Amino acid sequence: MAIARPALAAPVVRRRVLHRDRLIAVFMLLPSIIAIAVFVYGFIAYTAYVSMSNYTTARIDLSFVGLDHYVRLFGERRFQENIRNLVVFTLMFLAVCLVFGLVLALMVDARVKGESLFRSIYLFPMAISFIVTGVAWRWLFTPGDLEPTGINLLLERIGLGFLKARWITDTSVWPNLEVPGLKVRLMVPLAIVPVVIAAVWQMSGFAMAMFLAGLRSIPEEIKEAARVDGCSEWQLLRYIVLPMLRPVTLSAIVVLTHVSLKTFDLIMTMTGGGPGNKTELPSLYMYELRFSQFNTAQAAAVAMILLILVSLLTVPYLLYNRRAQSVEQ
Amino acid sequence: MKSERKLTRRQALKLFGAGAASAALAACAAPAAQPGGQPAQQPQQPEQPAQQPKRRLEIFSWWTNGGEADGLNAMYEVFLQKNPGVEIINATVAGGAGTNAKAVLQTRLAGGQPPDSWQVHAGRETLSYVNAGQVEPLTEFFTEKGFDKVMPQFLLDQLKINGEIWTVPVNIHRSNVLWYNPKVLEEAGIEPKFPTLDSLFAALEKLKAQGKVIPIAVGGKDKFEASHTFESILLAVFGVEDYIKLWDGTDTMWNDPRAAEALGQLKRLFSYANSDRAAQGWADAMTMVLEGKAAMTIMGDWAHGLGISKGAKVNQDYGWMPAPGSDAFMWLSDSFCLAKGAPNPNEARAWLEVCGSREGQDAFNPKKGSIPARTDPDLSKYDDYLKAAIADFASKPLVPSAAHGASTTNAYQAKFHNTLEVFSSDLDEKSALESLKEAVADNNR
Repeated sequence: MAIARPALAAPVVRRRVLHRDRLIAVFMLLPSIIAIAVFVYGFIAYTAYVSMSNYTTARIDLSFVGLDHYVRLFGERRFQENIRNLVVFTLMFLAVCLVFGLVLALMVDARVKGESLFRSIYLFPMAISFIVTGVAWRWLFTPGDLEPTGINLLLERIGLGFLKARWITDTSVWPNLEVPGLKVRLMVPLAIVPVVIAAVWQMSGFAMAMFLAGLRSIPEEIKEAARVDGCSEWQLLRYIVLPMLRPVTLSAIVVLTHVSLKTFDLIMTMTGGGPGNKTELPSLYMYELRFSQFNTAQAAAVAMILLILVSLLTVPYLLYNRRAQSVEQ
Repeated sequence: MKSERKLTRRQALKLFGAGAASAALAACAAPAAQPGGQPAQQPQQPEQPAQQPKRRLEIFSWWTNGGEADGLNAMYEVFLQKNPGVEIINATVAGGAGTNAKAVLQTRLAGGQPPDSWQVHAGRETLSYVNAGQVEPLTEFFTEKGFDKVMPQFLLDQLKINGEIWTVPVNIHRSNVLWYNPKVLEEAGIEPKFPTLDSLFAALEKLKAQGKVIPIAVGGKDKFEASHTFESILLAVFGVEDYIKLWDGTDTMWNDPRAAEALGQLKRLFSYANSDRAAQGWADAMTMVLEGKAAMTIMGDWAHGLGISKGAKVNQDYGWMPAPGSDAFMWLSDSFCLAKGAPNPNEARAWLEVCGSREGQDAFNPKKGSIPARTDPDLSKYDDYLKAAIADFASKPLVPSAAHGASTTNAYQAKFHNTLEVFSSDLDEKSALESLKEAVADNNR
């Protein structure tokens, strides 16, 4: 009540101040609004238009051709492979990253000695650029021919020679399913496994950090109460901790998935898309289309497909978040 | 209470928006400042008289290190001797064997800000720039400067697009060379003479049976190694005249049974190659030969430059011969063009004159490890391998390289490389041949 009275006493003055405030706010925001409108949404619209134009050579030709480029893309074996690789890469990367991240977080959360040291060790790979990760892991995963190199050499030295594999030069797809109407064999191209390992190595620390934050936000009292009620540690994890980690998990999934959808640098340096497009993602193909083949329209079509994939993921998440927040209020 | 909270959230949003916008602006500002590549030197030109505007020349290339950069600088020196007072803007973009540079160049050309002259493989690779109206014809320039009299007629013919010459070649590399390790072959009891593909396969079979070394090293990481090996086999299978017809933008020759035969021969060759080729580059392959881990490899004569840089001696530590099946000289060439709407056309022409001159080429090529595109070089400046290459260039039939743009457009090359990279991994002749036929139309754009 004491707060409300002065506000009621001087309504006119307050409104004017607010008005000026708003004006300044709008004024301050204007450059960023214009910049975002032009450089983000404007160019997205332009890309969408280019993807339906005839701009397929170095000569700029913006005459409209409709959805031709999309139709051609989905009929191409190479793009079908790209999509297969993208799905396989994302699912494997996501699953392994989340499991690793959760396990690491639970371990670090167990209040072990030197917790901050472990936390830093797990988080450290995130500080490295994907380029470095890609180059280093390519060296490790180059199998060698007559003499083993990299990981194969390591495995042989420690007596695990039977684990030697072709790694990033493995050309097989397992289990090589043939699907009528598709030019591509389905399921896991084995060469993508080392790439997933490298990506997980780099990003599981991030998942750990998110889970750790989630774990720390679960009130101790709830866990205590559950334990008092005779809950085992496993039940505690299964019925209390994991459900309470759901919002954090969702955020982690969204962030990691959109990282994986946009992956370019890691694959570019680690495999370059090879062997024989087995690890190529649409982002790499898009780069080749634009800058080696000078086929801007086709590249724009790939860009739009990637944008749609990313927004299929993020838009529902943002809507969900907004709803959750308004419910909170 | 509620409104207060909303306000703070809104403010937070605003802050976020402002942050994102400034980041976006910064991101946009960076490339905007970059394309010119002009160092901020305008303020500090004290020695220049005020009435005379500073003469400039901007050269765009991907020669950023090693012998390439040294060679380019040597050519700049020749230019500056003849054109004192011109400020040269050396716009280079490193990496990706030119892919990154081409990406930047595309952006600049699309934005209407061409450099005066840029590096491009001589021959059909120039076609996309010609079709887009981004370069000026230079046929008259060639006659005016007398270049047409000192460059082989074969080369001049193969340089022509729509009846005109568009670029000045500064060097010649040979693509169809087989590099071998003499000690390895001697120990295996093999005489290094493979005039035909069959004689090559006999040697490879012997090496494989002995099992001591990789018979033939092939790369794949740099994406052009498989197609590079393939073009030498195509030349062996088709012969000089029909090989040239492969690249005429029609699928006539690709429907010839010899096309499938060539793929079959390549498949046969791969069966003697290292199985981890997808992870090795051409330089790794050549290093295997130098170190005696592999007996031979087929690569362009930049592999000779690698040999020198590793301290190895040609004809001692490593030997060479034309890739089996043909002794023709498969050329590729770096060249410079004249941009349409070049900001400094006079300086650009003066630059191209240096590029084509004996002095310029003799300054550039010994450092780059290639031979001049002229028939009158100063032989004393070149090493033994290059002398032999100069002799072959003057006397052997010339054929253009496909993997390096002498007979192919950028679009076609990309598909050619990818098709053979895929073939190197799945060895599926039928689908490779299909892709090659499909790609043919791309050699016209």
